[in-house]
Amino acid sequence: MVTRVGMEVSIAAAEAIKQANVDVVAAYPITPQTHIVEHLAEVVNNGELDAEFIPVESEHSAMSVCTGSSAAGARSFTCTASQGLALMSEIVYITSSLRLPILMLLANRTLSSPLSIWNDHSDVMSVRDCGWIQVFVENGQEVYDHVFIGYRVAEDHNCLLPFMVNLDGFVLTHVIEPVELLDQEIVDRYLPPYQPLYTLHPDHPVTMGAFAMPALYTETKKAQAEALTDAMPTILKGWQEFGELTGRYYHPVEQYQTEDAKIVLVTQGSLGETASIAIDTLREKGEAVGLVKIRLWRPFPFEEFREAVAGAELVVVMDRAISYGGPGGPLASEIRSALYAEEKHPRVVNFIAGIAGRDVSPEDFMQMIRQARERPGEWYEIYDVRE
Amino acid sequence: MAKPEHEITWKELNVGCVIDEPGNAASYRTGDWRSQRPVYNKDRCIRCGTCYIFCPDMAIKILDDGYIEHDLYYCKGCGICAEECPTEAIAMVDEEE
Repeated sequence: MVTRVGMEVSIAAAEAIKQANVDVVAAYPITPQTHIVEHLAEVVNNGELDAEFIPVESEHSAMSVCTGSSAAGARSFTCTASQGLALMSEIVYITSSLRLPILMLLANRTLSSPLSIWNDHSDVMSVRDCGWIQVFVENGQEVYDHVFIGYRVAEDHNCLLPFMVNLDGFVLTHVIEPVELLDQEIVDRYLPPYQPLYTLHPDHPVTMGAFAMPALYTETKKAQAEALTDAMPTILKGWQEFGELTGRYYHPVEQYQTEDAKIVLVTQGSLGETASIAIDTLREKGEAVGLVKIRLWRPFPFEEFREAVAGAELVVVMDRAISYGGPGGPLASEIRSALYAEEKHPRVVNFIAGIAGRDVSPEDFMQMIRQARERPGEWYEIYDVRE
Repeated sequence: MAKPEHEITWKELNVGCVIDEPGNAASYRTGDWRSQRPVYNKDRCIRCGTCYIFCPDMAIKILDDGYIEHDLYYCKGCGICAEECPTEAIAMVDEEE
């Protein structure tokens, strides 16, 4: 039984948090995440959700509170964007090291300066190596679904890692979309109550976040690195079982028209839907083009990606963040690494586009493909710059 | 007691490096940090216990007769006991001597 309603995506996200029956919400309002937190304040205040709503004084405190509450065994939630993520980043790294299954929605917004409230992926890329599971979603339904999937995967004792869901600011957070809401009974079947492995409790004292000397530190980091890589089967299981209950199946790498594609476009987040229109248009003209959308950013799905572009001659990667002084955008760097050891690999061309809310239309994607095809070599450039 | 840290493999660590054995810091030999070691002259000692009170690592034991003994497993060689001793019954000497 599902109910299909028109709903602002932020409200749908907050409703999912309510249905996930979180115990603690600690968040500081920042555009474009505000509506999620506002709605959660309402549902807690109205008694619809039995949770502690902690209106902290900063994002640093938001993540600190969630880290503490998760350590005490509470299902904990926060969400932020841009500067808020930058401010909390000190604790973001600690949460994953402590293996605490917090869920965070990141309403992607560019980092200052210049000051801007609009959408790109420079915020998440600044914490790329923070050790969280990081997923990109494309529409409101995927946001709603990934609240349940996120907690289910994060809290699995084979995983026990924090889970970050990236949703594009405004483009997703502030639009009204049709969303299929799940019956509570289905949510409860999919997402059992959180059973922590360790908790802070005076009856069974433990130490979390202890000091490690050089003689042991390398081993702690190896264990953490393996934990994130080894989370892959748990993530796949979480998606599979969600699919069996709802009919909506998710994959680390989503493919569109890639089967016989000689040119493959690669995107992350909501622009995947726009890109698919460009693919349709080019297909109508008989061009062998396809689209790959990287849903799972960490752990990076190397195998799945290589399979998705097998047979392609040209891969056009669109990044939405700049790695200043680096070899291109962060996504293209990963993709070039994924393909480097392949005997025969496609040419990879990288565009950085859609920076801080600059529109990227289907025509822009077609233009990128044209330029990549015409100009030989493996290069990158910032797209759509006035010279 | 926990294994010495240089023998622990990454697979043996608890999830999140949680320490679930209370008090296992006691097995950590902070004496390894020492560059100077206290040398005790019992003849000068007046058994006032000042060194025992000041030692930040509880590395001084008061014996039954009131005299003291340094526990070099934990003593970091900070020299506070020597500094505070009213009769200069404790002297710090370099470890290599």
